[in-house]
Amino acid sequence: MTFELTGAVRERGVDLSLHVDTAEVLAVLGPNGSGKSTAMSLIAGLLRPDSGTASLDGRVLFDLGRPGRAHVWVPPHARGVALLAQEPLLFPHLSALDNVAFGPRSVGRQRSASRAVAQRWLAEVDAEEYADRKPAQLSGGQAQRIAVARALAADPRLLLLDEPMAALDVAVAPAVRQMLRRVLHDRSAVIVTHDVLDALLLADRVVVIDGGRVVEEGPTAQLLARPRSAFAARIAGLNMVRGRREGHGVRSHDGLFVEGLAEEPVAEGQEALAVFRPSAVGVYREPPGGSLRNVISVTITELEPQGDQVRVRTADLSADVTVAAVAELDLAPQTPVVFGVKASEVAIYRA
Amino acid sequence: MTRGSRQVGLPPWLFAPAAVGALFLVLPLVAMLSRVEWGDFFGLIGSDSSVAALKLSLRTSSVSTVLCVLLGVPLAMVLARTTFRGQQLLRSLVLLPLVLPPVVGGIALLYTFGRRGLLGHTFEVLGIQVAFSTTAVVMAQTFVALPFLVVSLEGALRTVGGRFEAVASTLGARPTTVFRRVTLPLVLPGLVSGAVLSFARSLGEFGATITFAGSLQGVTRTLPLEIYLQRETDADAAVALSLVLVFVAVVVIGFARGRGAI
Amino acid sequence: MRRRAPMLTALLLAMALSACGSDGPDGSSSGTGTTTLTVYAASSLTSPFTELGKQFESDHKDAKVRFSFGGSSDLVAQIQQGAPADVFASADTANMDKAAGDDLVERDPVNFASNTLEIAVPPDNPAGVASLKDLSKPGTKVVVCAPEVPCGSAAQKVQDASGVTIKPVSEEQSVTDVLNKVQTGEADAGLVYVTDVKAAGDKVKGIRFPESSSAVNTYPVAVLADSKNKDLARQFVDLVTGDAGQQVLADAGFAKPSS
Repeated sequence: MTFELTGAVRERGVDLSLHVDTAEVLAVLGPNGSGKSTAMSLIAGLLRPDSGTASLDGRVLFDLGRPGRAHVWVPPHARGVALLAQEPLLFPHLSALDNVAFGPRSVGRQRSASRAVAQRWLAEVDAEEYADRKPAQLSGGQAQRIAVARALAADPRLLLLDEPMAALDVAVAPAVRQMLRRVLHDRSAVIVTHDVLDALLLADRVVVIDGGRVVEEGPTAQLLARPRSAFAARIAGLNMVRGRREGHGVRSHDGLFVEGLAEEPVAEGQEALAVFRPSAVGVYREPPGGSLRNVISVTITELEPQGDQVRVRTADLSADVTVAAVAELDLAPQTPVVFGVKASEVAIYRA
Repeated sequence: MTRGSRQVGLPPWLFAPAAVGALFLVLPLVAMLSRVEWGDFFGLIGSDSSVAALKLSLRTSSVSTVLCVLLGVPLAMVLARTTFRGQQLLRSLVLLPLVLPPVVGGIALLYTFGRRGLLGHTFEVLGIQVAFSTTAVVMAQTFVALPFLVVSLEGALRTVGGRFEAVASTLGARPTTVFRRVTLPLVLPGLVSGAVLSFARSLGEFGATITFAGSLQGVTRTLPLEIYLQRETDADAAVALSLVLVFVAVVVIGFARGRGAI
Repeated sequence: MRRRAPMLTALLLAMALSACGSDGPDGSSSGTGTTTLTVYAASSLTSPFTELGKQFESDHKDAKVRFSFGGSSDLVAQIQQGAPADVFASADTANMDKAAGDDLVERDPVNFASNTLEIAVPPDNPAGVASLKDLSKPGTKVVVCAPEVPCGSAAQKVQDASGVTIKPVSEEQSVTDVLNKVQTGEADAGLVYVTDVKAAGDKVKGIRFPESSSAVNTYPVAVLADSKNKDLARQFVDLVTGDAGQQVLADAGFAKPSS
């Protein structure tokens, strides 16, 4: 089951291409307003692009805007693409069971057979006990599970998940994530998300969309370990400096020099990226001496507690230090400090 | 939803005008009730002409309401779920019967469907007799009552929005299935309240009926027409019959309310 | 906030009361020396009475005549409820008797005109109607007034006397409605008054029939007991019953009263 899409929507400034392989889960990352939801609507058939084409398993879903070629447009109900949105959107007048049975029923299966299928999928998402409840009687997490079951019961060739965890409690999300991991195994799906954990746990490949265009794509672990776009870096929780190769390091466009170890050959003057983890950064009041090659003066913008660590944020870079360290150094927003990073902790690679 | 007298956040000064409004609507009813010769009540309303008028009213109003639903639901769907040029104009025109004095509506219907009207000749050739028939009564009632259903339903459709329908289609439901299994159930309360309003308006329709359909016992003389005629000779019977009309309206609205629709 | 509710109620009541005060029953002097005479008359008298009203105003420089035309039984009902009329002219004696029976009339009413029925057909006479009997031909769409109104009871009397039974397709509330149905071609024929046919001009064609003499509507006029301008009212009645008035009525198609 392979899926390919190329589409442009001028009004929204979107122009991109995507593909999903058999049994592959593709994560779509991107900042708000980047065009992720537009892409989902295009795939599902809820939005008509100005031009482009898409096919699923060799069957054309749409083919528009190419002069000399006939228009093809398959309506949403005939595409075999099921969409799961941020809100569960369970039909309020049907029970959970009948909601899940909606897909099979709509294509003509008998009520009893449809309900049997529904029962199976409810069990699959650990929501059997809610079968007879109405949506109004369900919590957010329960409803989202049932929405997943409903989408899967429709036996789609491609499953679309548009930020499925966004509306859920932090406490409930992990369980739903685990459930998704289970049901997405061996299934083609596209998942739009903000959360790097979703990408890591659920997706095989990642695509980063920004400003309506694809800016980066690749296997999940690789992309998150070695991001090539600012957004991916941010989402992966990594510090990234973009610039040109200069000597042993990278010179950024505003003059910052970061020394590091090249993972691959990068020629002098070539566009390059220097990436390092916040946990590799030490925070100092005064520039330290010693072997530290990278000493950067910054001003703290925010202190973000993360368990027994604190992420010290500045305009572009972050450092993770212990709570005790923050107290000892008397760190606070607007405090000027010095970040120190060993060159051996900085990875340099081509942009 | 909590019942009881916990009126949180309601400004106290609202109660005076609300009371005035309620009194304004209720007092005329009370005045009518006090005028009726209760001893003669059943005699007054039991005459052949009264019974015929009531039966005719109930029959025609029911048929009109069904027609309003059959025509109004598609119209409301088109207005709420599509966009096309001239849509605003169409929406205004749908409200026209609300603004027109019913007699003017009747005249317009006459000019369209009358024997010498726009379509009158076509109808006569087809063998359809509209003039002075019960069909004409139903047409007059449908004309004035349709906007109520369309407005009520369009409002409900807009409130619900199209998200559920979008999801349903991605689950594999064809447009007709979506309409049947998702849209209609979601707007059922709005549909029922619109139908009740249409029925009530049909029941009370007078001006368009008398101008377009005429007035003949058992054929076109609905209850409002009968009441108006009785006023010429027997004011007591007219009042008694008016209360019958009020009673029917209260029963119908109460029935709809009981279903939790309004 | 607690003080505002009663204040608001008081304000509204004050507004309501002032609205009541401005147009109450006021048939008398309006302060500038002119007297307004209120005449309630049957609809069929609209044209001749309006003309007589103008004549009355030119004869009496300090008088204005205000008319209220309508169905005779409607007018009686309003007078019974206390409407401020000085003169009442009815389309039949039955309605005048109602008023007299309630002691609303000053003296005995005077009969000043009479009206008989005439058949009205569309100008092209599609059903080829020529006599009363033609109205009973099956397939002819005939419209009459309902028996409860004066022109309807006349139609009923005519049928009883002549033995011709008409099966109308509609029994209208007023003569105007009957005329409209004939004018638009919706009906093949209708029974209306001679005066209505005259007033409709070339919009309808009139066909007189001899049997109409069995149902003559006599029009009485009377000064009302509660009138504030009895002298002026009597003068108006004199105008109606005098030569000038009778001429105007005759021009409109009315016949002399039978009694």
